[in-house]
Amino acid sequence: MVTYFRDIWDGLVTVLIGMKVTWRHLFTPAVTIQYPDVKLKLPERARNRLYVNMDDCIGCDQCSAACPVDCITIETIKSTPDVDLGLTSVGTKKRLYVPVFDIDIAKCCYCALCVYPCPTECIKMTDVYEFSEFERENLIYRFATMTPAEADSARTKLATYEKEQAAKKAAAAAAAAKVALPAPRPAPPAGAPASPAQPPPAAPPTPPEQKG
Amino acid sequence: MKELLLDALHNEALVYTLMAFVPLAWVVPFALFAVWWERKISAHMQDRLGPMRTGGWHGWAQTIADILKLIQKEDIIPAAADRKLYILAPYLVFAGSYAAYAAIPFSAAYVGAGINIGLFYVISISSLVVVGLLMAGWASNNKWSLFGAMRSAAQIVSYEVPVALAILAVVMVSGSFDLQEINRQQAGWFWHWFVFQKFPFLFGALLIYFVASLAEVNRTPFDIPEAESELVAGYHTEYGGMRFALLFLSEYANMFAVSAIASTLFFGGWNSPFGEALAGPVWGLFWFLTKGMAFIFVQMWLRWTLPRLRVDQLMYVGWKVLIPFSFVIVLGVGFWVMALR
Repeated sequence: MVTYFRDIWDGLVTVLIGMKVTWRHLFTPAVTIQYPDVKLKLPERARNRLYVNMDDCIGCDQCSAACPVDCITIETIKSTPDVDLGLTSVGTKKRLYVPVFDIDIAKCCYCALCVYPCPTECIKMTDVYEFSEFERENLIYRFATMTPAEADSARTKLATYEKEQAAKKAAAAAAAAKVALPAPRPAPPAGAPASPAQPPPAAPPTPPEQKG
Repeated sequence: MKELLLDALHNEALVYTLMAFVPLAWVVPFALFAVWWERKISAHMQDRLGPMRTGGWHGWAQTIADILKLIQKEDIIPAAADRKLYILAPYLVFAGSYAAYAAIPFSAAYVGAGINIGLFYVISISSLVVVGLLMAGWASNNKWSLFGAMRSAAQIVSYEVPVALAILAVVMVSGSFDLQEINRQQAGWFWHWFVFQKFPFLFGALLIYFVASLAEVNRTPFDIPEAESELVAGYHTEYGGMRFALLFLSEYANMFAVSAIASTLFFGGWNSPFGEALAGPVWGLFWFLTKGMAFIFVQMWLRWTLPRLRVDQLMYVGWKVLIPFSFVIVLGVGFWVMALR
């Protein structure tokens, strides 16, 4: 009997206690952040969208090598000695054209492993995280600043330069052979088998360096 | 109001139709508002914001958007359902809850039907709702629906008893079943209200009535008929679109009906709390709706405070706590009224 009344009393009192709690919370400011209108400041080292500053890129391919999901594609073209591609902001000399620098951000796992090896600190994580797209192709970011025409002209220039160099080398080799030949000429009758000092008659023209 | 309209229109049928639609003009906007209000209250009690975007200011148009969506929805009737009963049930439920409004005195100048057994009528006609709920649950041919409907029936049958006894205590004090007469007897300052009379008996009657009415309208902590976490949605699991909206509307109509009865019986209905100040038919309407909305707020407050009772706990509270206490109150009030006549 006593427990019966005590239970009823406890029931009433605890309901009132609970109501007090909810009443207090009714006037507690909400914790909701109304996202598109209000955005929280991201932590300083938050990892979101990648950005590449192409002015500083030297085409070293280290970011692409570091990427665990292979989302970075880089193509480079060697520059010929007569062109000056300038310096990066950290003072590194640029020697390669970078006609292709694609990041497939859909594949990116935001590990930032590409950021650490970059010698010129040109690839970095930004605080942009709203970049959804309707087409997956739009998530492939093309950072290269060269137009295809420029890339083609750079390629042909390199090809002709290398051809020239090869021709020069061949000429030089031929000249060297001419100079060198008289000396060993007396030797062959002695029956010396294929001396290693003998250079090949003509170096085969190396194809223009093109990394795929 | 009826006389006024009769004088103006000289057409009885038209006047009675108009009179019948007056509560609807309150019930539908109220339901739209109350759904939004409930969502806001629940959100703020949980330190959230609730709907914020639809319509601009604090998402005020959210329920309007919701009802427009419900209107557009396809009317689906389950293949295995009992078609006729399935279609009939929502109308019956709403008819039951709306019929109660006929005797509810909104103001000194307006009551749908000024019958002298108004209170008795309200209690009995609102029992029609449970028939509709059982019908909906049975016709859906769904285990959850049937469970919900059976629980609802068991719950309402159990809790009608303490409700009737608590009301009986008030009727013994007022000596009338006429809700307008009960209101008139509470005229004057707020200490004339019945909740402060025959202390503590009528205050206890208020508590019992309020707790039992929560069970009657299937509100938390007595919402086991539609317990979302176990029965999906109880008796209206299979309902969609406007049929669901009708069931939902009648639920909110019921909430206001029991709140209106509570405010009429215990808090002076349309009487101003300040005696003659701010009294009159229009102020009466204001006080009546304010008191009703205050009860609605308490219902919502409780809903977001208390967890749901188990079925056996529900029956324990009904039969072993509320009914004995309401008998004590009836006896106490009875002796008081007889002895101090």
